[in-house]
Amino acid sequence: MQVLFTLCGLMAVGFVLLISVYLIISGLPAMREIGLGRFLFGKTWAAGQNQYGILPLILTSIYGTAGAVVIGVPIGFFTAVFLSKVAPKWLANVIRPAVSLLAGIPSVVYGLVGMCVLVPALRNWLNLPAGDSLLAAIIVLAVMILPNIISLSETALEAVPREYEEASLALGATKLETYFRVSAPAAKSGIAAAVVLGIGRAVGEAMAIMMVAGNVANMPALTKSVRFLTTGISIELNYSRDGSLQRQALFSIGLVLFLFIMLINAFLNLVLKREKEG
Amino acid sequence: MRRKMYDFGARALLYGCSALTVGLLGFLIGYILIRGLGGISWSFLTTSESVLRGTVGIAPAIRNTLFVVVVSLLLALPLGVGAAIYLTEYARNKRLVAAIEFASEALAGIPSIIYALVGVILFCTALKLQKTLLAGSLTMVMMILPTIIRSTQESLKTVPQSYREGALGLGSGKWHMIRTVVLPSAVDGIVTGCILAAGRVVGESAVLMYTAGMSMAMQDFSPGRLARASGSTLTVALYHYAKENADFGAAFSIATILLALTVILNLSAGVLGKKLKRS
Repeated sequence: MQVLFTLCGLMAVGFVLLISVYLIISGLPAMREIGLGRFLFGKTWAAGQNQYGILPLILTSIYGTAGAVVIGVPIGFFTAVFLSKVAPKWLANVIRPAVSLLAGIPSVVYGLVGMCVLVPALRNWLNLPAGDSLLAAIIVLAVMILPNIISLSETALEAVPREYEEASLALGATKLETYFRVSAPAAKSGIAAAVVLGIGRAVGEAMAIMMVAGNVANMPALTKSVRFLTTGISIELNYSRDGSLQRQALFSIGLVLFLFIMLINAFLNLVLKREKEG
Repeated sequence: MRRKMYDFGARALLYGCSALTVGLLGFLIGYILIRGLGGISWSFLTTSESVLRGTVGIAPAIRNTLFVVVVSLLLALPLGVGAAIYLTEYARNKRLVAAIEFASEALAGIPSIIYALVGVILFCTALKLQKTLLAGSLTMVMMILPTIIRSTQESLKTVPQSYREGALGLGSGKWHMIRTVVLPSAVDGIVTGCILAAGRVVGESAVLMYTAGMSMAMQDFSPGRLARASGSTLTVALYHYAKENADFGAAFSIATILLALTVILNLSAGVLGKKLKRS
């Protein structure tokens, strides 16, 4: 039996190896053919004209994620503080399941609401020719990472020893000063982990933003139609021929995205490890 | 005075952000229900789309979703539980444990579009499964494996060491002890893991769109035809209606169903987990 269970355990390792090896094998040829520099720093992606530069995709992914973090993290953090410290118990018990529901809603549903509400609203408010834009994607992503930020930050805040807060209150700090100047700093590595996890989710999201970002491979600008690394793959995966340079280039984008995610994961592990060590 | 301002400001931020979060959720649910509920009828749920009659039906998508959930769980469950048993009951080699845990975390963090890519080359192309529900289910196995490993492992860890010692002390073999004492006490975690994994499959769209196909027609699941069944699940059907047909009524009706499924899965994970633990 032991051998069998060991094999089951090794399956997980096997899957990761399989994914890495397959991505590298199928991602490298196009990079070599296009040239690494021209692939990573080329400013035009136009499969029809044999131009495969993914700089706009990389920058869009970075800007989009940064935007989502800038909007989502403060809202999520304050909500977490409210839930763990201020809210009466009954209210917290209503909001908490609601937040986990928010986490479970499929990404196409976010995309759909984004398409029907956010995109037309942005078009009207900002007087754009079309509302499909980086801004729309940022807002959708911010909403999508919100539940992760809230629940992880809340866990971190709950874990702060009561004595810290009691000591601060006894020294004459108000409750709110205590929450922000004692509890939050004490929970900072947990909150950092929440942020990194949110970044991971935002970088990896494809379907929701495919429905609101417009998907033209422009250099990123808030009101322009943009294409992310993820959507760069998804938009052309069904239309590219097997074995064509275009299909291979999609795998190269996958490889770049994979490296991004692995970096983020490594960083997350570092943060979590530091938390364990105090 | 400054402290009063600080307190006031901080309080406003806390209440404001929380209200925003709750308001957002309320709006999302309300909006989806308002636009989606009206389109849900018996025939919407039980027929397939007909261009001739101009009717929309999602019975095939419901069946496909069920198919993918069942097949991927059937495959991932033994693997995941086995891996968790190895990690908590058998493992001596610390490096191997670290490697497996790292791999499981890595699998959980890989974005679904990457799974889609790998599914396309591995299952659809290399294994010649083409775009079928089977290929989609196999790809989903890799995705849900970490969910099952983690929640089984958590719950195995909570089984008191004394249970194990008691069983072993009575002369039980290790596997017998695991089968009759440890696993039954950990069943809550396993069930929760399955529900969470099912939720992940129901909510997944990118992987299934590229590995399982986008057909809206009724599929034949009889053993001889199974390997050719290819079609869209609920999420893919939603995308299809919203983005390709611009039929937002149907899309919101599917969104309503997905929302209901999410609520049901969330609630049952919570309730079952607690209930099984008590008994």
